[in-house]
Amino acid sequence: MRTTDDSPVGFSFPKLTYRVWKVWRRNFDVFLKTIRVNFLPSLLEPILYLVALGLGLGGFIPPIDGMSYIQFIAPSLVSISMMYGSFFECTYGSFVRMYFQKTFDAIIATPVSVEEVIAGELLWGATRATINSSTALVVVAAFGLVSTPFFIFVPLLAFLGGLMFASIAMCFTAIAPNIDFFNYPSFLFLTPMFLLSGTFFPLSALPPAVQTFALLFLPLTHLVSVARGLIIGVFTTSLYLSVAWIAVVTFVFFIISLNLMKKRLIK
Amino acid sequence: MNSSHLLIKARNLTKKFGNLTAVDHVDFEVFKNECVGFLGPNGAGKTTTVRMVYCFLPLTEGELSVANMNVSNQQRNIKKMIGVAPQEDNLDPDFTVLKNLLVYARYFDISKAEASARAKQLLSFFQLEEKQDVLITHLSTGMKRRLILARALINEPQLLLLDEPTAGLDPQNRHIVWDKIRSLKKRGVTIILTTHYMEEATALCDRTFIMDRGRIIENGPPAELIRKHVGEDVLEVNNNEKVIKLLTKEFSDADFEVFGERIHVFTKKPHGVFELFLKKFPRNNVSIRNANLEDVFLKLTGRRLRD
Repeated sequence: MRTTDDSPVGFSFPKLTYRVWKVWRRNFDVFLKTIRVNFLPSLLEPILYLVALGLGLGGFIPPIDGMSYIQFIAPSLVSISMMYGSFFECTYGSFVRMYFQKTFDAIIATPVSVEEVIAGELLWGATRATINSSTALVVVAAFGLVSTPFFIFVPLLAFLGGLMFASIAMCFTAIAPNIDFFNYPSFLFLTPMFLLSGTFFPLSALPPAVQTFALLFLPLTHLVSVARGLIIGVFTTSLYLSVAWIAVVTFVFFIISLNLMKKRLIK
Repeated sequence: MNSSHLLIKARNLTKKFGNLTAVDHVDFEVFKNECVGFLGPNGAGKTTTVRMVYCFLPLTEGELSVANMNVSNQQRNIKKMIGVAPQEDNLDPDFTVLKNLLVYARYFDISKAEASARAKQLLSFFQLEEKQDVLITHLSTGMKRRLILARALINEPQLLLLDEPTAGLDPQNRHIVWDKIRSLKKRGVTIILTTHYMEEATALCDRTFIMDRGRIIENGPPAELIRKHVGEDVLEVNNNEKVIKLLTKEFSDADFEVFGERIHVFTKKPHGVFELFLKKFPRNNVSIRNANLEDVFLKLTGRRLRD
């Protein structure tokens, strides 16, 4: 019978208004306060990897599909920063705001609905992915590793990919009994993806079964592939197929995460 | 009072959490510009009732309307006119005192200029001006509580919901909060508060609803409830068998309850009993005092611990 304002208690498509951005804005305001600390990791991490793996290890590795090793891993680092940026924001970050700070409870007492709170969190997660990966992209560019003008679309990809990882992360947050729970998705989901998504060696080096698995179930695979196309100009999967895969997964998990969180927050 | 003064109407209001019935088919009304209190032991259903009023919890059964709007489908419009001061501290620890109010104002679509003006007024009203640039973590419990109240007023609500507004406060802060609640009432704000401090209910509420196990077991103005259930005065005396024997024999109209070491005697003629007891049991610490809401409360809900 909840028809006018909030969507029904059961599974549903969310009803969202401009108020989503007020929740986004709250997180953005906090981000601005601690901006220096926020930028440091996303600036340092790609530098370390490019120096250690790209310049160091890369010296022992022959070119891959016409790319030097440092060229090969540069788009991966940008993509990984999208993944970590949004995933951690919507697991640890959202969980702290929901569980310890009771920030969601406070906002729900205003005209903002539960779904808008969660959607705002997801958009913020996507924004973090965009900010972090843009920083990484600047580092990559500074190393002279950007070779096509299409790199300007990387922030767009970051927002979409960030929204995907934010939505997946929020599903874990919705079922997390405590904050230590996030060790599971971090080690069982992020770490394998970090290593096996065509990031540090081409997917083709893996057994066919693992390749298929990576293409079907590891979202980072598609993100890396598209990013490599936009930054270096070499596509390892079909651009359209990968973007479509990301869009569909994002949409599905966006809806699921909102419903799961609604179920957790409205008793 | 007629229906044009009606602000909240609950019929058969019920909330279940799994097998637990937190609020059990409750009926009540709240009229404009009233201050009503929900009293009850822990787990009585006070907070759950209030949370349904501000659309935080969906109803399991029954009907609940605020200003003629149904809580089940007009959440936004209802929440716009309500101010909520929850029991727990959910101030935003990432922001300063002032920023907490400004960010909260944004959720209500209040313009920046208007929000600043209101925030300034509220901070001075709650004696927090000097703390405006301080982070929440550096505030005392009393200051946090005052800031939560200030935040609840940022949208200039017609209805204010205060869940345990003075729990854990020192006497100074409690009196400041009471004083502010009274002055808000004077300005025409309708107030619902939950409390288990009987003194608080007596000091602030026009009417009280006494809840126990999810039901409203009694309601009325505090003074009336005291007169009805307890009488004017209460006699207290140390518990022993002789006292009980005398009470049952000579004062058959007297009502008494044994609370551990003490017996509370409720009677229409307390002074007669008092003098007799003083004479007969001079060493039993006999005393007489005005009856209060706590007597009503304990009489109706019993002494047993609830959680």
